[in-house]
Amino acid sequence: MDFTYLRENPDVVWEHTIEHIQLSLTAMGIAMPIAIVLGILATRILWLTTPIVSIISILYTVPSIALLAFLIPSQGIGERPALIMLVMYAQLFLVRNIVAGLNGVDPATLEAARGLGMNEAQLFAKVWLPLALPVIIAGVRTGLVTTISLATIAGWVNAGGLGELMFQGLALGRESTVLAGVVAVSALSLTIDILIRALERLTPVARAQRAAAP
Amino acid sequence: MSRQQQERDPQGGSAIRLENLSKQYPNSPHPAVDNVSLDIEPGEFVVFLGPSGCGKTTLLKMVNRIYEPTGGKIWIDKTEVHELAAPQLRRQIGYVIQQTGLFPHMRIADNVATVPRLLKWKKARINRRVEELLDLVGLPPESYARRYPAQLSGGEQQRVGLARALAAEPSTMLMDEPFGALDAITRNRLQEELLRIHRQIKQTILFVTHDIDEAVRLADRIVVLRQGKVEQFATPLEIISNPANDFVAELVGAEDVLRRMSLIPIASAATAINGQRNVDDPTISGSSFLRDAIGTMVETGSERLSVVDEDGHPVKSLTMEDIQQAVSTSDAEENASERRATSASD
Ligand SMILES: Nc1ncnc2c1ncn2[C@@H]1O[C@H](COP(=O)(O)OP(=O)(O)OP(=O)(O)O)[C@@H](O)[C@H]1O
Ligand SMILES: [Mg+2]
Repeated sequence: MDFTYLRENPDVVWEHTIEHIQLSLTAMGIAMPIAIVLGILATRILWLTTPIVSIISILYTVPSIALLAFLIPSQGIGERPALIMLVMYAQLFLVRNIVAGLNGVDPATLEAARGLGMNEAQLFAKVWLPLALPVIIAGVRTGLVTTISLATIAGWVNAGGLGELMFQGLALGRESTVLAGVVAVSALSLTIDILIRALERLTPVARAQRAAAP
Repeated sequence: MSRQQQERDPQGGSAIRLENLSKQYPNSPHPAVDNVSLDIEPGEFVVFLGPSGCGKTTLLKMVNRIYEPTGGKIWIDKTEVHELAAPQLRRQIGYVIQQTGLFPHMRIADNVATVPRLLKWKKARINRRVEELLDLVGLPPESYARRYPAQLSGGEQQRVGLARALAAEPSTMLMDEPFGALDAITRNRLQEELLRIHRQIKQTILFVTHDIDEAVRLADRIVVLRQGKVEQFATPLEIISNPANDFVAELVGAEDVLRRMSLIPIASAATAINGQRNVDDPTISGSSFLRDAIGTMVETGSERLSVVDEDGHPVKSLTMEDIQQAVSTSDAEENASERRATSASD
């Protein structure tokens, strides 16, 4: 394997990595509030659960390149179509896990919380959300890791990031440039995965589980 | 009834009055609770007994407004439960359920502190109260306060549920089959402790079960329910000795209990005379059986008998509570030996 490009241009790779992180985090930042609204709607209003989750799942089956190509006529090229695509794909992981997390909390626990006199806000903040949090954070983790790998396609519409480096390398037939991009994307995904797993270990549920483990 | 008038301090619990209470679930052919009216006295321990689906849980959950009635009223002392916002109402009512509903992500101390925190008590007061409560339910705080629910046995978890419900000294407690998932021996011990706590605090307790022995042991009065209607509301003694109809008789297995009582000698159930013996107490021979004692109680209307030896000298006394105790203990022993027998055979 040819690591020449990575060795000779670490600053360029780094710059693209920063761009890549920015693009991914921006997409996640937009995707999260949307997912929270959809997730809460889907858990609160029972008949909405199936339509919301299935529409999002169907969207996810559209190939990313096709989706981008479809967006270009109306959105042009650059960050906009890339962000729209990333936000749409992230919904699957976020909403699915928010719904699974919230619905997964034992109804008896919620009833006890209400029975003791918590109002809906206290119930959500003290019991429901903390108990759903590990599953929700796991959704953020897979969503963000997926976003990072999908964001390479954004290079195809000149949205920057490591994808741009890889597409340049491809166009010029320079394998070493492409490899630098691949290595950087993998390292980035792995780092994010490890960071968020650490976050999961800090949740009250994880702490309780560790305490109870023999 | 005379028992609680003598012994119970009306300050400890609330009077609860159900007035034509009904609950009709949508798409259900008949009401789950059907026009129930009951007057429950302050400090009374009332057990709701009936077969599965008769509406016990539905009735209980209307008291703290987890379910809304479709008709009727519920008064706790002078307040109709709908005059308060539901969370405010519930903070004054202890609530214990079979599944415990403990918060798995909180330590035991935090679980128990739930209601005091909602009521914004001072930290020091909360800490003191939590320790007091853990001691009360037999879980030494130094070894239990910092554990999580998953680190406790089922019986211990139910104790925590009880402590959590008692935290803000509610004058009413709702308990829905709290001991239903426990083995006979643990259940017995917890019943005993619940009675001890009730004697101490004298709050009004509404307790749901479908276990007749549990009902007889715990109740001041039993409400027998069938398809949402009250079949009988009376003391355990009355229910067993004088069931209102065949349904009640069959449900409480009156003959079965009486048969058991006819096998237990009075001498083994009676307790030492504790000084307050009334010379007018009817007498009964220590060599006869509990069934005879019940007969004498019903005939004379006295809930305490003076147990005499062959020479007619009073040696012990026997109360309804002693009988309840003896009957339920014999039942637990029976169960335990039955289980031993089955596990030995397989
Ligand atoms: N949420 C509900 N929606 C519709 N019907 C219900 C609901 N909850 C209970 N029911 C019905 O109301 C009736 C009474 O139920 P309830 O749970 O009060 O019985 P229960 O006496 O507590 O029974 P168990 O001893 O099995 O707990 C039953 O016929 C049940 O099917
Ligand atoms: Mg029930």
